Amino acid sequence: MGNANGENRTGGNRYDAIVIGGGHNGLTTAAYLAKGGEAQGKNKLKVLVLERYHKVGGAAMSEEIYPGFTYSTCSYVCSLLRPEIIRFLDLPRHGLQVIPYEINSSPNPEGEGIVTYSDHDRTRESLRRHSIKDAEAYDHYAAEISRQCRFIKPLLMVTPPDPTQINPFAQNKINPWGKRTDLEGLLKIAAEFGRMGEKQMYEIIRFWTMSIGDFLDEYFETPRWKGFAAASSIIGTALGPYSPGTAYVLLHHYMGEVDGQIGAWGFARGGMGAVSKAIASAATEAGVEIRTNAEVDKVIVRNGKCVGVALRNGEEIYARTVVSNADPKRTYLKLIEKSDLDAIDPDIHAYATNFKIRGSSGKLNIALDGLPQFAGLPKESAWGTVDIGGDFDYIERAFDDYKYGSWSKRPFLDIVIPTTVDPTMTPPGKHFMSVFVQYVPYKLAEQPWSPEMKAAFEKDVLDTIEMNAPGFKKLILHCQTRTPWDIENEVGLTEGNIFQGELTLDQMLFNRPFPGLGQYRGPFDGFYMCGSGTHPGGGVMGAPGANAAREMLKDFKHGVV
Amino acid sequence: MTHVQHLKPFLKKTPFYEPMSALMHGAGWIRWQGYYSPAFYDSVQSEYFAARNGATVYDVSPLIKYAIRGRDAAKFANYLVTRDLGKIKPMNAAYTAWCDDDGRMIEEGTIFRLGENEFLLNAALHQLHWLHESAYGFAVEIEEVSEQLAGLSLQGPTSRLILEQLGVQGIGKLPHFGILETTIDGKWLRIDRAGFTGDLGYEIWVKPQDALWLWESLFRIGDPYKISPMGGHALEMTRIEAGFILVDVDYIGAHHALRPTQRVSPFEAGIGWAVALKKDSYFVGKRALQKEKAQGTSRFILSGVEIEGRKPAPGAFLYADQKGTKELGLTTSAMWSPLLKKNLAFAQLPAAYAKPGTEMWIEIWYPKEKKIERSMVRCWTRNRMFFDPPRKKEIV
Repeated sequence: MGNANGENRTGGNRYDAIVIGGGHNGLTTAAYLAKGGEAQGKNKLKVLVLERYHKVGGAAMSEEIYPGFTYSTCSYVCSLLRPEIIRFLDLPRHGLQVIPYEINSSPNPEGEGIVTYSDHDRTRESLRRHSIKDAEAYDHYAAEISRQCRFIKPLLMVTPPDPTQINPFAQNKINPWGKRTDLEGLLKIAAEFGRMGEKQMYEIIRFWTMSIGDFLDEYFETPRWKGFAAASSIIGTALGPYSPGTAYVLLHHYMGEVDGQIGAWGFARGGMGAVSKAIASAATEAGVEIRTNAEVDKVIVRNGKCVGVALRNGEEIYARTVVSNADPKRTYLKLIEKSDLDAIDPDIHAYATNFKIRGSSGKLNIALDGLPQFAGLPKESAWGTVDIGGDFDYIERAFDDYKYGSWSKRPFLDIVIPTTVDPTMTPPGKHFMSVFVQYVPYKLAEQPWSPEMKAAFEKDVLDTIEMNAPGFKKLILHCQTRTPWDIENEVGLTEGNIFQGELTLDQMLFNRPFPGLGQYRGPFDGFYMCGSGTHPGGGVMGAPGANAAREMLKDFKHGVV
Repeated sequence: MTHVQHLKPFLKKTPFYEPMSALMHGAGWIRWQGYYSPAFYDSVQSEYFAARNGATVYDVSPLIKYAIRGRDAAKFANYLVTRDLGKIKPMNAAYTAWCDDDGRMIEEGTIFRLGENEFLLNAALHQLHWLHESAYGFAVEIEEVSEQLAGLSLQGPTSRLILEQLGVQGIGKLPHFGILETTIDGKWLRIDRAGFTGDLGYEIWVKPQDALWLWESLFRIGDPYKISPMGGHALEMTRIEAGFILVDVDYIGAHHALRPTQRVSPFEAGIGWAVALKKDSYFVGKRALQKEKAQGTSRFILSGVEIEGRKPAPGAFLYADQKGTKELGLTTSAMWSPLLKKNLAFAQLPAAYAKPGTEMWIEIWYPKEKKIERSMVRCWTRNRMFFDPPRKKEIV
């Protein structure tokens, strides 16, 4: 432990880096730092991860909540985790196995449901049952989405270049050791953009800013199909299908891959906690020290330089650098003293205050005695995601409830039953059902969340499922219900926003989280950000964590810290 | 236990599935746009030689068919495709390309002119979305009618004799790409003189309920004429000999290309002859194609290549010199032709090398006794239509 002046710079307990929060990104940063220091042939970096909870994982967590049943308590499916990270950390050797699923569906209590498959021919046949026009347009739509993914994929594992930094007289130098990378990065993006061709360039700009409703209207006619296709663009987002910017959110869910198959999603064997567990194992192997039940209270700043952290229990730990896996609001409004921020730049406090991080979703984790049968769907639909919803009107109405401070009375639900594939999570024949609920406000209009309100919310969700899967309620053994308020308090995500801040263009690329802080470096020397609140954003992707570590390693190398 | 065990088979069966299935010796099915399609029945070799020696029957029902009708149908069809349909009289068909606004080929296929304002477009890829978009402002109805017709392609030197024996009046006078409709045994038939083998051959279309009758009649009558069923593998050999290009093999359809540079123009695809730049009216992509032609900006021309030796050269690089210092292009399709006794390929070549007779070098990697060996051999540009017998267009 260092003294209050942080002067024992050669002390035995001093770290090169402290990671605040052991979510998947924090663990990734830690593992990359430890391994990266090694790879550069320098002394191994001493890295410490501090986790508030009694186990690591954050929102990528598996826990036995009901005896014999493992729940993926927050995130529930895997696709976005970057293949570069899986390979660099050798995660399969650390126990990670992602099994892709090949079916997505939406039940219909009044008729035939919608089913799509990873097999295009099968999907086209399935869509033909609703509309020949839509089935025929599907190929064009899929090719367009692939083109959009092509453009964005190279942007994920890089630090977003900041156009303001090209100006040699820029007031705010956000990168302390050189400007060339911003120009190079921008030129690279411009070249990639140019290669898309004139039409596609227009399309990309349109796509990044338009609503998913307008986009789908250009291709399809069947209302239920369009409502289903829009699902990925509202998940985790406090916007409706006709809100501008939602088309991009769709892309954010499609740009993942499993074994090179773009857009594929899979189940992590053992639940989503298996992802965190594997990264933590890789980090530990690389020499990272992980401390749980160690909640950081404050980031210690001395003379404009970050020197360590103070724990809730009063302990102070010093380090050359500190990197926060917490979301931008939590980091800049709770962990850092306002006076420290204001001494550097008063705007930052305002940026953090205004940062858009509205919680919009809840989660039900349910233990089931058997497999439910969804209305209007074949049995095999339970082997992938089942989206309960309807046409755009259904979703917009659900959104309306939310806008005025209530949960959706008839919510949109993204359901998976990973135990159809995974034999390790429940006793044989029993199932775990993950129900993602959209829209649920962080704050209710009339009153705070109370046990009664939570019970009423749970009832509306279960009733909605029962309508779409008659007999479902009889199968329930146990149900865990989490509102955005619960998610904030249990996981630490401000307002329960699953992406650590909304994925809208105003908060993306070099503006994520805030203008001038988009390259993982904080306002103080030695302070960094590595969570989903940084580029390229949310989802169990690991890219922010890996990118942050890369920037930190550069600063170590250049002797900046 | 995975989801795979719970998925029901979904591939559709064409009306010819049962008789084809009865002849299938092994697991010879492949899929074609969601349908069961035979890759081979027993021996690809015997099916291939049947096509060149007698006659073969291939199920073309899975072709995607769009009916284009209405007051502006002729205007619209001529606006859609690169050929000049003004020169195609009713009851004639035309092989043509259709392009996007940049003159990049979406696909190529056959358009049938059934009446003044009635067309049927046969495609390999799904096009309805594009057709509807392009038809804006035209008084036309476009309908996907794929399953309203069942079709067999009867190809080979004895194919005309078989149709004569079936009782088709005037089949000898039907010109290449001509269409006739007739009634036999009370069944409606539409026959066009075209195909994918480059030989004398016909496509026969019937109502789905008459499919089994057609199959049974052809094989009963065709027996002395050495009729045989044929699968996709043998067809692939015959179409390379005939010089026909195939979407997703020899080029990527413009709507499926992920990068704009992957798209090709009809000139680049080696079917520049099917672009009627002199057509009076505008057609989609005309401006871009005129410019490409005038400025000579085609990046390559898909040409025929004849290669020394016997090793087929799929995906092989061509060079200007034996050392391989100057790369010219890549082969897209390749085969050893058992009929012509030649080693054939299609290759994307710079215009300067597309002149028949030009000598080049090609690098071929081939397996030999569990090893991969390399050879650098000579090859020459040829007319892509390697096999083109006079009987293909002969009138009797």
